[in-house]
Amino acid sequence: MFDDLTRFLAILTEGVATTVFVTVGGIILATVMSFVAGLCMLSRSTSLRVVSRIYVEVWRGTSEVVQLFWIFFALPVLIGFQLVPLWAGVLVLGINHGAYGAEIVRGAVQAVPRAQYEGAIALNFTPAQRMLRVILPQALVEMVPPFNNLFIQLLKGSALVSLVFLEDITYQATEVLLPTNSRQAFTILLLLLMLYLVLSVLITAVMRRVERRAAALVGRGPSAEASDRAALMGGV
Amino acid sequence: MASHTDTETGEAAALDGGAQIRFDKVVKQFGDNVVLRELDFSVQPGERVCLIGPSGSGKTTILRLLMTLERANSGTIQVCGQYLTHMERGGKLVSANEKHLREVRKRIGMVFQQFNLFPNMKVLQNLTEAPVRVLGESKAEAEQKGMELLELVGLAEKAGAHPSQLSGGQQQRVAIARALAMEPDVLLLDEVTSALDPELVAGVLGLLKDIANSTDITMLCVTHEMGFARDVSDRVLMFDKGVVVEEAPPEKLFNAPDHQRTRDFLQAILGRS
Amino acid sequence: MDAWEWEYAFSILPDLLRGLLVTFQATVLGSALALALGLVLALVRRSGLPILSQGTWAFIELVRSTPLLVQIYFVYNILPQFGITLNSLTAGVLALGVHYATYTAEVYRAGIDAVPRGQWEAATALSLPSSRVWTGVVLPQAVPRVLPALGNCVISMYKEVPLLLSIGVLDLVGRAREVASDSFRPVEPYTLAGLFFLLLSYPAAVLVRRLERRVGIAH
Repeated sequence: MFDDLTRFLAILTEGVATTVFVTVGGIILATVMSFVAGLCMLSRSTSLRVVSRIYVEVWRGTSEVVQLFWIFFALPVLIGFQLVPLWAGVLVLGINHGAYGAEIVRGAVQAVPRAQYEGAIALNFTPAQRMLRVILPQALVEMVPPFNNLFIQLLKGSALVSLVFLEDITYQATEVLLPTNSRQAFTILLLLLMLYLVLSVLITAVMRRVERRAAALVGRGPSAEASDRAALMGGV
Repeated sequence: MASHTDTETGEAAALDGGAQIRFDKVVKQFGDNVVLRELDFSVQPGERVCLIGPSGSGKTTILRLLMTLERANSGTIQVCGQYLTHMERGGKLVSANEKHLREVRKRIGMVFQQFNLFPNMKVLQNLTEAPVRVLGESKAEAEQKGMELLELVGLAEKAGAHPSQLSGGQQQRVAIARALAMEPDVLLLDEVTSALDPELVAGVLGLLKDIANSTDITMLCVTHEMGFARDVSDRVLMFDKGVVVEEAPPEKLFNAPDHQRTRDFLQAILGRS
Repeated sequence: MDAWEWEYAFSILPDLLRGLLVTFQATVLGSALALALGLVLALVRRSGLPILSQGTWAFIELVRSTPLLVQIYFVYNILPQFGITLNSLTAGVLALGVHYATYTAEVYRAGIDAVPRGQWEAATALSLPSSRVWTGVVLPQAVPRVLPALGNCVISMYKEVPLLLSIGVLDLVGRAREVASDSFRPVEPYTLAGLFFLLLSYPAAVLVRRLERRVGIAH
């Protein structure tokens, strides 16, 4: 039994590199998209607001699976060349979760008290300075728990790439192991679930560090209510 | 919710059939903060007792212990000749279970500072809910009694309204009616006018005075309203740091208190020595 | 070949709509399960019962932190080993329902926690029986407050129903994939599928946002 376990783990972990690559790449892209789109939604330019709003609604309103298949199969037909599968995976995860993240950024920035804006205006900061030096640092702490949830969502979403035959850990389980070991499906899939659990714990651990740094930036400790609020917003 | 520490009895006080409420060596602490230190006191049936004193002196805790919202760390509490927090099992005293608590608790009613009416029920239903569910009254019976009580508190026309449509004073009067609907032997009043706008306070106090004059119900009030305490109570207890500093009929306590602490407190509240 | 052929697009509509029907079925059944089971989980979690409440917490955390896709495979592959054979749709709905029950459980929990302490205390003071405290006082105040969040859970589930194609369920996207591989024309099927999702989920999201505002005012 133990031999089986080690064999399964060995095969499963062959997919870890892909899972991690797609997840980390997706997180980076999603973070960038979140800030760009989130701040655009708050901009004074109507066209920027409209474009970002369309981005957010379209990518939040359609299923991730559809987006995946569209980018993998339909987009190449339209643009004329095949995307490298790994990068296509990063693209889907990043753009999709970036749309959700944009709302997080927008919400957190809007939650910074009006008085802070007014103080910054009184001191003659330019809008860019206001955002970068006063507002964003204060908004960052509020953003961390919902982003933590979002990144774990992204990790879970990375399993989808197995559907387009990227060799991540789910692919290893369902396409490599299961067909030949169907009687040990329970063990295999349980191991797979545990691997994802470990990865999500890692993400949370990193985000806790980030939260502490962000809080130190404004001179206070992380709060438990921020996580509660994230849950109540249906942080799905 | 009651704290999880069980009540030790040590040497349990004997059952006292005469007193309606009796605290024996009750200790209550929250963490390191000892709120009640070996408190002994008793209340006779029909007595009106007011508890006064600075915040944190333990007065509200006494009411919360009686209403089983908290559990004492040690000591015993008796209500109507029965132990509240303990039961006799095979000749020994053990911590009371939920069933016993509910039995004894039925004799006690409480009115809260924040009224705590149920917002999802109309006024009349707030009054009939417990009589129907707990006392087993029929809906018709409970509604009739409820309307009578609403008449008593002067809010019969609001029977079909929602609590949110009533003023603070009106809500508190409904809360008093709700407590009375359970026909308790003891009525606990926890700073019932502290959350009200000043002009609404008189209405509620007037109602309580009427109740005091027209019924035999035992009343235990925590209050800052000294005028009310003077008019209604048979006895006033001055609390400080978890012990009774002074206990006397209102004429004595308000006019010629024995203790300096009482004098200081009254001066601060009333502006007189 | 042209990027988009209208004639082809119209010809595949019937197939796609058939798939959409399956998507609806799965959404409705899955939501029913998630809303009901979630409340049960939240109550058990809160009950403080020794093994059950921690076990429930562990279960909720495990399911919430791991991919739904894997859980779908799990249900589909494991149950036969215990002698239960379900068709793909049933297995998929089961996985969806249980997965989203862990989300709704958190939503219910937050709603229950938001009911003011004074309500519990008044109910205790009136000696209301525990079942009545829940059904008459707490839940009627907790649930309306979290309806928007529950609505969001349902919308999210709707968007994850396509995962069921991994076990052979021919929902909207399953049909789209079928059609696309038969005809070697992927643009129309997948674009239409995306549009169908948007057409339904966007108004639903707007409704939920309106509900959020109403609930915010009422309480």
